[in-house]
Amino acid sequence: MKRFSPAMFAAALYASAPLSVVHAAATTANAASTTADEVRAIKQELDALRAAYEQRLQALESRLQAAETANANAAAVASAPVEPPPAQAAATGGANAFNPSMSLILSGGYTHTSQDPQSYYLAGFQLPTDIGAGPGPRGFSLAESELGLAANIDPWLRGTANIALEPDNTLSVEEAYVQTTSLSHGLSVKAGRFFSSVGYLNSQHSHTWDFVDNPLVYQALLGTQYSDDGMHVGWLAPTDQFIEVAAEVGRGRSYPGTDTDRNGAGMNALSLHTGGDVGFSNSWRAGISTLYAKADDQQLTMLGTNGTTINNSFTGTTRLWLVDAVWKWAPNGNAIRTNFKLQGEYLHSKRDGLLTYDLTGLNLTDAYRATQSGWYVQSVYQFIPHWRVGLRTERLDIGSTDFGNTNLFALNNNDAPRKHTVMLDFSPSEFSRVRLQFARDYSRGSTADDQAMLQYQMSLGAHGAHAY
Amino acid sequence: MIKPRNVLVALTIPMLLLAIPAHAALRVFACEPEWGALAQELGGKLVDVSVATSALQDPHQIQAKPSLIARARSADLVVCTGAELEIGWLPVLLQQSGNAKVQPGQPGNFAAADYVHKLDVPTQLDRSQGDVHAAGNPHIQTDPRNIALVATALGVRLQQVDAANAAEYAKHLTDFSQRWQQAMTRWNSEAAPLRGVAVVSQHKAFVYLYDWLGMKEVAVLEPKPGVEPTASHLQEVLTQLKTTPARMALYSAYQDPRAAEWLSKNAGVPAVKVPFTVGGTDGAKDLFGLYEDTLQRLLSAGAQK
Repeated sequence: MKRFSPAMFAAALYASAPLSVVHAAATTANAASTTADEVRAIKQELDALRAAYEQRLQALESRLQAAETANANAAAVASAPVEPPPAQAAATGGANAFNPSMSLILSGGYTHTSQDPQSYYLAGFQLPTDIGAGPGPRGFSLAESELGLAANIDPWLRGTANIALEPDNTLSVEEAYVQTTSLSHGLSVKAGRFFSSVGYLNSQHSHTWDFVDNPLVYQALLGTQYSDDGMHVGWLAPTDQFIEVAAEVGRGRSYPGTDTDRNGAGMNALSLHTGGDVGFSNSWRAGISTLYAKADDQQLTMLGTNGTTINNSFTGTTRLWLVDAVWKWAPNGNAIRTNFKLQGEYLHSKRDGLLTYDLTGLNLTDAYRATQSGWYVQSVYQFIPHWRVGLRTERLDIGSTDFGNTNLFALNNNDAPRKHTVMLDFSPSEFSRVRLQFARDYSRGSTADDQAMLQYQMSLGAHGAHAY
Repeated sequence: MIKPRNVLVALTIPMLLLAIPAHAALRVFACEPEWGALAQELGGKLVDVSVATSALQDPHQIQAKPSLIARARSADLVVCTGAELEIGWLPVLLQQSGNAKVQPGQPGNFAAADYVHKLDVPTQLDRSQGDVHAAGNPHIQTDPRNIALVATALGVRLQQVDAANAAEYAKHLTDFSQRWQQAMTRWNSEAAPLRGVAVVSQHKAFVYLYDWLGMKEVAVLEPKPGVEPTASHLQEVLTQLKTTPARMALYSAYQDPRAAEWLSKNAGVPAVKVPFTVGGTDGAKDLFGLYEDTLQRLLSAGAQK
């Protein structure tokens, strides 16, 4: 494009202005013999002309000045280093200036159940005792308080720690990892303790869940939530379509693995996720993942036919498959007034190894193969600002639990665990939430447990950005 | 038996083949439409601009959704407001992008609010005051003088990240600055009747607009920044307007108009929807249209009664 040249334009005008005046003067000379009135009229005309030209000149001069300033500004800035104005860049100094950002989640509530949580079990499944399955204690209770710290370590690494302060006054390291920030090519590496990126819900902290508890299938096959000590390598494809591949190796610290002293890895996992938008209003993500874990002398409990608890030990491997999908809708992508979220996951587990049945009684060891699965579907709808309602339905499949060529559980699949949940929550701000949840829980098979839960979740300190 | 790992590898390979860089232009990822429009003005054909949000979305409340992560991954330059406006989603987006070029502190990360003088910088930081921003009010795009400042800085940044085309960017910058200065001269004279006019805002989103036009904010419909207007607070505003009357109530295109409309009905002042950013109204097609339409809406509301 040819640029406008104010200087040239102004020069042309300056040149033409005197010519016009000369022309006007000539006209006046021809009219020398006319009356004084006419002279006055011509004088007025001349004055008007002069005024008009002066106005135009002034306008042009100001335009020229503006253009020159713009040029000068651009030139000055172009030669200056690209730094924000110093007045705005001044950061507060002092020894604390580099402290990590800190956040604290406070959570607790009240639980009412029609069955004694002490007698909780998942019909047709054997689980470790320490995974915290079930509705938790009745009455008033404090949930886990979570302390989060995060900061950049140097230009290449970032560190994050989430410390869980348990209601029984114990402390546990939920996550503690370092992560690269500067690898490029869509690559990132994480090392330490972290939630595995398999599935959708697994990597999410409990305070971001849409229900008080997580689905039965996570309790049955992932020990409520799988976190491990190890390494994570993620790669994001350079495409407009979101495609993310993640590979993990780890210790295999928790169920379905065991915290065993060994060389090499006790767990490996691979996940593939893709996602995108449909118009402005819809976004989605879906994926498939697999996790492999080794178990050595894993202590499991199950309910015997006579209603007593039987303690078993499992040594072998677990291959888990997860399929997950989530779809979110908000009118024009503006989630402030109303929005909707639908998510579902299917998990399939295959265990292969040796089982020692009834450690304190029969103490019988034989080959064990179990193929079990489960799913949940849940939706959450924000119908007016601050208020959301949610529904969740889920079911487990007992599958086959083959122990020395006999079925470990003498159970009909109609008695498989299932649960239906409805919740209503209110969030006065994005930092606080109060939730009421009702569930009819058939974890014990045919016996229903009616659960009512009231929960609060508060977030203090640093404004944590949440993952999708 | 098919090994699971083989399945994943088989799925990944075709995706790798799809992953051929499609553009030669500088890829600019703009958080908000105004910066997308500015980058387009300053980059012309040299840039491929993708905008993360629309004028109908609240820039505070965006999710780090897959499509945005994918776009941030291949961006050469991220242009955002900064001043914590995008704090709920941009940090996680950049972290997940695996793109070193656009991390904070890199030349590929441009925060517009760093280059303007910010207003409403809180003296005390406490969430009991609502969603306050420590760095000051982030809605800097409502004052065209800020656009001029950001344009200069962004023009220089474009020259820095795409040095091969520096001369071209410099030309675009000069051209834009000239057109912008002329437009501002025009707007300033057009806006003269708005000087000193008392107004009510729905959200504290217009401090820079008022600073530019010399308008006076006498009340805000949100009791605290980011907190939805409540019935009791609206009543208070209504009572307050009896002693300190206002001429109009302003709300942004992405906001729920009901609070402003309620006030309009009960206090008899016009509710004015302002585009707030490019695309907020039909008239706000580009940066020039944004201010032309804003002024026209304010002037016609001010002329009422």
